[in-house]
Amino acid sequence: MRAAVLQFPGSNGDYDALMALRSFPEISAQLIWHQESSLDTYDLILLPGGFSYGDYLRSGAIARFSPIMQAVRRAAEEGKWILGICNGFQILCEAGLLPGVLLRNRHLLFCAGEQIVRVETSNTPFTKTISPKSLLRLPIAHGEGCYFASKETLKELLTNDQVLLRYATAQGMTTSEANPNGSLENIAGICNKERNIFGLMPHPERAFEELLGSRDGRKIIESLLASLHGLIQ
Amino acid sequence: MKARVTIMPQAAVLDPAGVATADALKHLGFEGVRSVRIGKSIELDLEHATEEELHQACRDLLSNPIMEDYHLEIFS
Repeated sequence: MRAAVLQFPGSNGDYDALMALRSFPEISAQLIWHQESSLDTYDLILLPGGFSYGDYLRSGAIARFSPIMQAVRRAAEEGKWILGICNGFQILCEAGLLPGVLLRNRHLLFCAGEQIVRVETSNTPFTKTISPKSLLRLPIAHGEGCYFASKETLKELLTNDQVLLRYATAQGMTTSEANPNGSLENIAGICNKERNIFGLMPHPERAFEELLGSRDGRKIIESLLASLHGLIQ
Repeated sequence: MKARVTIMPQAAVLDPAGVATADALKHLGFEGVRSVRIGKSIELDLEHATEEELHQACRDLLSNPIMEDYHLEIFS
């Protein structure tokens, strides 16, 4: 699998994502600067976390106009896989590639720590090999992660099974206590209707080896590799 | 030509900074505070622009219509 990790001014999860992807022998991953205009040769495009353009105006609002985003849009239309982590998720929402928006955390605090999320569906290439209702331990680190969408958009998300991850307790309950930021319906990650674009607030790339406290982030990439294998067969 | 864009969170959108500020005002003794909403004001200095172009700038970049409303004032 060929993967591109995009670099915007202010990205800070780019090297973590690169290292995580390169830990799989079957993935060749490269950094791509935001001024580039082509992503034709990649199967997976990863928008990493960080504070692109200082998060000026709104998180992700300015990065959305970077030249590379035209290529991301084209790749998305071609059905390539797009994975937006944290600030990457915010950029995808601002670009209209994912519905809704990420607001300031309800309690105004930056939340950082380990979080349990529940996988809601295996009907996407990103979660194909993860059983629904299984729990992942992933780090979170964000100040603007409170997912919000209009009633109509939320209804559409639920009808089309587009919610992939929800914040949950260790028992897998999606209570308000388990919700770190006030996110609508405990939503931690969603996909588009075509199911090839996935945005999430937690950081799977920071949960790639035991030393980091969890290896659960690998499951998302393993799922993509299995999906790619399925496509080739 | 100058323009000012005032951007406010929509009524249905929670504004935690506004809520925190309202609480702080109450602590200060301003008992009469019902609510506080915090937005932003953007001032533009322009060589030239049509009103429609400015509205487009407001919709496409300066505000996010999913969570915010904007009000555009143009001063010649």
